[in-house]
Amino acid sequence: MKLSYEQVKHIAWLARLGLSEAEIEKLSLQLSNILENFEILKQIDTTDVPPATHSIPLQNVFREDEVAKSYSQSEILANAPRQEESCFRVQPILE
Amino acid sequence: MSELCQLTIHQAHELLKQRKISSVELTESVLERIAEVESKVQACITITEDRALREAKEADSCIARGDIAPLTGIPALIKDVICTQGIRTTCGSKMLENFVPPYNATVIEKLKTQRTVMLGKTNMDEFAMGSSTENSAFFPTHNPWGLSRVPGGSSGGSAAAIAADEAIYTLGSDTGGSIRQPAGFCNVVGLKPTYGRVSRFGLVAFASSLDQIGPITKNVTDCALVMNAIAGYDPRDSTSVPYPVPDYTRQLIPDLKGLRIGVPKEYFVEGMQSEVRTALEIAIKKLKELGAEIDWEASLPSTKYALAVYYILAPSEASANLARYDGVKYGFSQQNASNVIEATEKTRQFGFGPEVKRRIMLGTYALSAGYYDAYYLKAQKVRTLIKQEFDQAFKKYDALVTPTSPTTAFKLGEKIEHPIQMYLSDVCTLPINIADLPAISLPAGFADNLPIGMQIIGKPFDEESILRIAFAYEQATEWHKRKPPL
Repeated sequence: MKLSYEQVKHIAWLARLGLSEAEIEKLSLQLSNILENFEILKQIDTTDVPPATHSIPLQNVFREDEVAKSYSQSEILANAPRQEESCFRVQPILE
Repeated sequence: MSELCQLTIHQAHELLKQRKISSVELTESVLERIAEVESKVQACITITEDRALREAKEADSCIARGDIAPLTGIPALIKDVICTQGIRTTCGSKMLENFVPPYNATVIEKLKTQRTVMLGKTNMDEFAMGSSTENSAFFPTHNPWGLSRVPGGSSGGSAAAIAADEAIYTLGSDTGGSIRQPAGFCNVVGLKPTYGRVSRFGLVAFASSLDQIGPITKNVTDCALVMNAIAGYDPRDSTSVPYPVPDYTRQLIPDLKGLRIGVPKEYFVEGMQSEVRTALEIAIKKLKELGAEIDWEASLPSTKYALAVYYILAPSEASANLARYDGVKYGFSQQNASNVIEATEKTRQFGFGPEVKRRIMLGTYALSAGYYDAYYLKAQKVRTLIKQEFDQAFKKYDALVTPTSPTTAFKLGEKIEHPIQMYLSDVCTLPINIADLPAISLPAGFADNLPIGMQIIGKPFDEESILRIAFAYEQATEWHKRKPPL
């Protein structure tokens, strides 16, 4: 499986990951190389094998919906790169 | 009293209990040691000296009242992927360089109830992705056994710190070998608990179905003591299990009578260093002398698929987990952009290092439309087969023994440009995460003054048996007593 420059760009777009031209070139090579190593999985017959889900036989975990102490607004905003009027500030989303 | 830093947890505990030393003296000794060797080893990202001395004083007043638990007053370093309230938690990444968590991880809360002393945070591969600690955004850590060598990774700072006596114990995290491989490279003890045994609440997520927190210590008894403190159900981690926690020191007895140990031949891989093979053969003979029944012909044929399975599943989970780093709520932010998507892309372009980007790309690809079945789903099916093989093996054996890694510590820079070579250094450890099992690495020899680790793999939630085997071996050998020439 060889990954083209265009494919790498598309994956980066899906991941919302900016990449320089040099990074795209390098990743196209490296990812292709890594994917080649995954070819080994084609050797193994997995017909009728269920995919792994959870290791331990846990059922859905539920709890009572109880009011408990939470964090203050200022604690939650303390790490925000940009804030305004007690909100996280982001770039305009609608034009 | 500069030798105090060399004490183990249980030695220090006895001296504290008898009031022969104070926690302040112990903490000062460790801080002096950090000041002495840290310029060479570079194991720490953050050192919280004032806080440590304050906590040591508090511990001393508790001890004075006769209130002492096994970890009371004992100074520890914590891998910088575990959230510590009020102390920045960087994950070795520029993305979180200034992130100060508003809460503690559950393991930290548990250690605090015992009044352990927090010394600071240890270096690691960025977001725990790597096998050498060279992927830290800040600086690489050096192996105390050879400063031109890597300490292993991703918990390289935690393992190197123990080898260099910069802490009495540390915590690491292990997704594919990140506790055990550095423990092996640094001649210390590292345990990856069964998935679900230790709460992951407050552990910054890499691959949620594989991650576990565990101890890195100077010997096996200490490892059991730290497990006693951190194991157990946590309502804040719904994948932690409500099984009772045993006293992990209970089974530490110096013989192995009645234990059946398998040696899976697939772990003695092609291309492994011959000294590692020889050391393991000698170590396994020692286990036999101690009373264990050894089967040299154990077999786990699907082992050869584990690397591919791991490098599909772990990056897939990582690509989803790391989607949260968008420069809005916390962390690095690059807002010099014309719209919100471009701002996100730039934030991630300049906030993440090369290995993290590689894994996000790999995972995004494996999960993307048209490739999901061929990669992710296939890998999950093979994961089932690998787990089934271990289940079968554990009908015959109480534990399995393998090398921790195929080689001793490699040179800094040797593999950093060769991702596949780097990934192969975890070939013996990552199947254990895939199968959710517990495993310990402990010192088992040297080649050219570089440590060799032995890995002991146990049944799910049977940490006690692997600790017992490790303890008996440790009592019968001297490897763990050697100190690096720093």
